[in-house]
Amino acid sequence: MTVTAPGQAAADAAAARPEAIQGRGPWRLAWERLHRDPVAIASAVTLVVIAVAAVAAPAVAHAVGHGPDDQYPTIGLTPAGLPVGPSQTFLLGTDNLGRDLLVRILYGARISLMVGVVATVLATVAGVVVGLAAGYLGGPADLVLSRFMDMVLSFPYLLLAIALVSVFGSSLTISMLVIAFFSWAAIGRVVRGQALSIREKEYVEASWSVGSGAMRVMFVDILPNLLAPVLVLATLLVPAAIVFEATLSFLGLGVPPPTPTWGGMLSDSLAFYQVAWWFPLFPGLALLATTLAFNLLGDGVRDALDPTAGRAGGGGDR
Amino acid sequence: MARFLARRLLFGLLVLWIVSGAVFVLFFVAPHDPARLIAGKLATPQTIALVNHRLGLDRPLPEQYASFIWRLLHGDLGYSYYSNAPVSQLLASRLPVTVSLALGGAVLWLAVGIGVGVAAARRPRSLVDRGGAVLMLAGLSMPTFLVGLLLIYFLFFRLHLAGITWFPPGGYVPLAQDPAGWAQHLLLPWVTLAAVTAATYSRLTRSSMLEVLGEDYIRTARSKGLSEDRVVYRHGLRSALTPVVTLLGIDLGTLLGGVIVTEQVFGLPGLGQLAWQSVTTQDLPVIIGTVLVASTFIVVANLLVDLGYALLDPRVRPS
Repeated sequence: MTVTAPGQAAADAAAARPEAIQGRGPWRLAWERLHRDPVAIASAVTLVVIAVAAVAAPAVAHAVGHGPDDQYPTIGLTPAGLPVGPSQTFLLGTDNLGRDLLVRILYGARISLMVGVVATVLATVAGVVVGLAAGYLGGPADLVLSRFMDMVLSFPYLLLAIALVSVFGSSLTISMLVIAFFSWAAIGRVVRGQALSIREKEYVEASWSVGSGAMRVMFVDILPNLLAPVLVLATLLVPAAIVFEATLSFLGLGVPPPTPTWGGMLSDSLAFYQVAWWFPLFPGLALLATTLAFNLLGDGVRDALDPTAGRAGGGGDR
Repeated sequence: MARFLARRLLFGLLVLWIVSGAVFVLFFVAPHDPARLIAGKLATPQTIALVNHRLGLDRPLPEQYASFIWRLLHGDLGYSYYSNAPVSQLLASRLPVTVSLALGGAVLWLAVGIGVGVAAARRPRSLVDRGGAVLMLAGLSMPTFLVGLLLIYFLFFRLHLAGITWFPPGGYVPLAQDPAGWAQHLLLPWVTLAAVTAATYSRLTRSSMLEVLGEDYIRTARSKGLSEDRVVYRHGLRSALTPVVTLLGIDLGTLLGGVIVTEQVFGLPGLGQLAWQSVTTQDLPVIIGTVLVASTFIVVANLLVDLGYALLDPRVRPS
């Protein structure tokens, strides 16, 4: 043991002390693991940048002097009526109606993020409530709810989604509801499975024995213990919802024009990609960056919450 | 076993009944007027009443539903509001396109997905494993239509500019008419489907393979002195593929009902395109027909998967 000054030793002890006695809960451990994951950090930073850009869209529109729906037939289109490329006036070029692509992409980010987050929150809440009820109540309730979830999962969902949209008319709200409706059952099934096994734990029995009601047991005793898988699933649901919305918009059944959406811009660019490479490129990059960042962050969250778990995957809309 | 299958079959029929009922109700509670669509904007009220009568739309809803179910049970799906062609004939003419697309795509994504998955599982954390993981995430993050657009841009448009005309931008040639043209027209759509699907398969193969390679019987096989390839492929892959087969069944079931986005991007006249067209024109009999066909494929695929599972693995066979 080396000899140090008494003051130094005390300082060392004080510095070491909090580390030594402070217990670190599983959430804190996960948070620290996430912090050490450079890919997850980079993804989170990317998403923050995209979110800030979405929030700042009106400010940018004001700064460049072009609104999202403003058409510039004289300076925004070539004499032949084609989109003009990136320039000082239009930083990312214009679309087929002479609108500023940069401003429209930023406004499109608002739609994508909003649909992704709102649809995911709706689907998660519905999935958790139904899954908890099925797993906790068991018996006939479980049978009915489980079969219902199986049924939703075995729908040809893109087909039914476009059928629903065509009946109710396309709008932002319909898009979000439709996406949530076809997404909640996947979460519900996982929650049910977890709730089934947690229900048998001693602490649930203990809660029962001191007179807790069903609601308290479900939401206070069981729910916190399945938040980790729900959080992972929800993070991965956001990019799936964004892709779903872009697909609906691409098929002309999403948020109706002139509201800028990335899927809608890509759909419009179909007829112009041969003469205007910027038209499909920038909305495509924005979409890809967002979904990739969410997927990478979701993988990071999964690894952080459960370092031993394997990686599973989900499908897309083909 | 028979009881198990009977129960699954009943559940499948229940799904079909509910899906068809839901679509039927959906289009009758919704504010829309097929007679006006058919007769045109300038039609007189008399014409519209006549069209409504001809379509049976003036009868009470339960009666319409009863006759719908009755005709359905006799295999009669009705006639398109627009082309007046029988719905079953429309569906039959579109089916070969979708089947060609789905099966060819499946061959491609199985080859890539299982290949990458096995290579990654044999050397976890190797370059192949990490590279595969990155590609998979890219595949999962890409909307299908974006993959299709990229392929059209680079493999059709850029190559055309360079004077190379290997790939057409879309369209379909029947297999019986010109096998080479058929494959040429479907190559890019196949690659599109495989690009967005192979990711899931390589992930699944990798994790399933890693699990199997840790089993005792694999150690036994190795200690018998079998070659590593034989251990991996004959002993390992065979049992590792069970979940892959399950997924394949469900995916094929879903895709055979119409590959909406891919068919749309490449202008392939398949079931997915028919579904999209009928939805945008509110052609109710055709919508119901496509939804029913799609649901039937999914139900049958689920049934086959359950059956295959029960046959392959006695442990899941319910008593």
